[in-house]
Amino acid sequence: MTTFASQTGLHQAAALIFPIQPPAASTIAGGIDQLYYFLTGVTLFFTVLIFSIIFYFMIRYRRRSPDEVPPETHAPLSLELAWTLIPSAICVVMFFWSSYLFVRNSRPPAASTEIFVIGKQWMWHIQHPEGPREINELHVPVNQPVQLTMTSQDVLHDFYIPAFRVKKDVVPGRYTSIWFEATRPGTYHIYCAQYCGTNHAEMIGWVYVMSQSDYAAWLAGGEQNESMSQSGEHLFSLLGCATCHAGAGQNGTGPSLAGLYGQSQKFADGSTHVVDETLIRNAIMQPDTVQLPNYKHVMPTFKGQLTEEQMLQLIAYVKSLGTEERKNGQ
Amino acid sequence: MSTASLELHDIPAETRPSYLNSSYGIRSWLLTKDHKRIGLLYLATITIMFMFGGLAAFFMRLHLIEPQGGLVEPETYNKLFTIHGVIMVFFFLVPSIPATLGNFCIPLMIGARDVAFPKLNLLSWYVFITGCAMALVAIFSGGVDTGWTFYPPYSSSYSHTAVVWMAMGIFIAGFSSILTGVNFVVTIHKMRAPGLTWFRLPLFIWAMYATSIIFILGTPVIAITLFLLGLETLLHVGIFDPALGGDPILFQHMFWFYSHPAVYIMILPGMGVVSELITAFSRKKIFGYSFVAFSSMAIAVISFVVWGHHMFVSGQSVYAGLVFSVLSFLVAIPSAVKVFNWTATLYKGSISYDAPMLYALGFIGLFTMGGLTGLFLAALATDVHLYGTYFVVAHFHYVMVGGAVMAYLGGIHYWWPKITGRMYPDVWARIAAALIFIGFNLTFFPQFVLGYMGMPRRYAVYPAEFQVLNVLSSAGASILAVGYAIPLIYLFWSMRYGPIAPQNPWGAKGLEWEAAPSPPPTENFEVMPVVTEEAYNYQPTEGAHSV
Repeated sequence: MTTFASQTGLHQAAALIFPIQPPAASTIAGGIDQLYYFLTGVTLFFTVLIFSIIFYFMIRYRRRSPDEVPPETHAPLSLELAWTLIPSAICVVMFFWSSYLFVRNSRPPAASTEIFVIGKQWMWHIQHPEGPREINELHVPVNQPVQLTMTSQDVLHDFYIPAFRVKKDVVPGRYTSIWFEATRPGTYHIYCAQYCGTNHAEMIGWVYVMSQSDYAAWLAGGEQNESMSQSGEHLFSLLGCATCHAGAGQNGTGPSLAGLYGQSQKFADGSTHVVDETLIRNAIMQPDTVQLPNYKHVMPTFKGQLTEEQMLQLIAYVKSLGTEERKNGQ
Repeated sequence: MSTASLELHDIPAETRPSYLNSSYGIRSWLLTKDHKRIGLLYLATITIMFMFGGLAAFFMRLHLIEPQGGLVEPETYNKLFTIHGVIMVFFFLVPSIPATLGNFCIPLMIGARDVAFPKLNLLSWYVFITGCAMALVAIFSGGVDTGWTFYPPYSSSYSHTAVVWMAMGIFIAGFSSILTGVNFVVTIHKMRAPGLTWFRLPLFIWAMYATSIIFILGTPVIAITLFLLGLETLLHVGIFDPALGGDPILFQHMFWFYSHPAVYIMILPGMGVVSELITAFSRKKIFGYSFVAFSSMAIAVISFVVWGHHMFVSGQSVYAGLVFSVLSFLVAIPSAVKVFNWTATLYKGSISYDAPMLYALGFIGLFTMGGLTGLFLAALATDVHLYGTYFVVAHFHYVMVGGAVMAYLGGIHYWWPKITGRMYPDVWARIAAALIFIGFNLTFFPQFVLGYMGMPRRYAVYPAEFQVLNVLSSAGASILAVGYAIPLIYLFWSMRYGPIAPQNPWGAKGLEWEAAPSPPPTENFEVMPVVTEEAYNYQPTEGAHSV
């Protein structure tokens, strides 16, 4: 028992003084770590190989007299081909392995909970669709896929949670997203990983991974805000959007927005795009660049009139229209 | 060997005519058209710039001993890493080997009296010091805090520092690269000695040729990029800042289209130097000459299509990521081929442990690690975790410092007797090489672990759990600093007090050793050499090297 206790103690002490591995707390972390260890193995193998050969040759073939002339050796083509093709083959394995993980990790599961992130010098502003807002803290449920839709109010930032092995630049003027499914309740670092100015190093925070019931209680507790889509709906009528894009919107001045999100649309310039967050944003900020055919070019720009947070609320509202429409259709 | 140079040898070295004593006075240096003197002008300039960059790094490592930052305000720390990066990349590493050793050695190694355009060569130095001066103005008028990557919209619309001055400095210094590149390409094409065919060229020349091509093709792009950044900063023309209608990702594409090939501008010359050192100090023909030569050209070509691997997490499409990933793996292959061929060159050689060889062997080991850790970043899935962390910092320092700087120092030591006509104290040189190797590894190896742990780069303060590794890194940096200071001292000392160097102290092959005295006369050769054999032919064959 004592040995066990002292061993654990030693282990903890070693971990405190000299941690060499970040916690792994998401569904994708294990896969990334396996690839990382494979790459580390390959690196160690070739580094040790090259160093050993160099040391062996240095000693075995050291110069024994100043006038020594070594015999000539010839480079056989087979050897050149071998050390071209073997590394190539190893690289092919690495490429397919890592690309498989990357492509898989880039697709959020359909049932993801969406949470919104706005980066600004030098804090993370988090907005839950149900209403709660947080600064530099992100509460998420365990064993539930979470998708973060992110934008920046000023310069480039990068949202990085090492324990989940996820990272993505947060870019002004567009929306990027990451997703993760946390596997272990706990508290983990959030870092900004794209240099953003004086207090870049202080643009950090914590993710709190909670059990699903704790998370539900956390959402319900605290001050009761209206949900993001409700705020968006108020803005929608306040800004006069409803005048043209009202309700089901038959024969309005502008197109109905119901069911639009996530659909592939043909635009007046002939291009076809899927209606996503960035496109909705552009339609509001630069309406002349996002024109549907068969509608007059009358929409004014709202540039400079909306905060990033209000923009996200409007987007949440437009997205909620989509889901309701699809539900009704089914 | 010509009788003329034998007679020269009998004259006491101090009075023998050489490029160093052909004329005196500051004017004779500032108006020189001699490629050797211009090489030394560059050497002095980049040594000063290296000291500025090194000093910035020294303060950074001192600051990072404590998690809360022991030395300076975050704002100052940000300026320190920007100054370190900009100076070391644009004003030290890019010109380091090409402008000093390239300028000095290319004509000597190909049997020419000078480069093709000597006046252009001098102009390129003046252009370079103008760029240096602007960068120093930027530093001393308050500094720049954007990082050497200048990502907008921070750099153009938010930073209130001397961004435009610094960008102008880099813009101007870029023209020096272009002029030097043009000069070298023409020189290598048109001025080779009779009999010196392409496949008899020393591999250093191949490497300089590949580097020159990147200079010519890549540098205009960084010039345009920084020019546009200046326009946006000064006139608020919306190019990169989304608030002005620009696209910040566009900047990253343009910046890395130059700056990734620039990585190879820094490492290819080093590879060329190492090919010279390994052959000279093992007295062997290079193993797989054509594979080493063509791998330089392959690297130069592929390096232009891998820039997107700096942008895997920038919001670039998944498909673009896949393409850039596969191309990045592809560029690793020619580098691996070189490492294997250098190692195999040692087989059955006659290996001496002279200081330049220690640098060369250190280069192979550290470059191997630098190259292999690059695979972690070419692989999309692991790059997502490691991007923007200390892992990246460690990786590129293994390539740039463990690789390029080791090769540069190895080359300086190798050609020093030719450059100055003096020998340096060999014992000190070996001690310094060992200190640099140890100090380097202690500085940068812990940073791989820090990166995997998730510590982001460019952090003025950091969580306490990273302290032990940071202290180790700072301790290594202090050893590294001593390792760099020692050569600076004894090389200066040797210029006046070093023993007189013979024409060919290493018993090396190559026209610069076999056909030119140390130091060479202004016109390089008494009798123009004719080449009758392949490079690195250490066998005592009947063929005479030069007539």
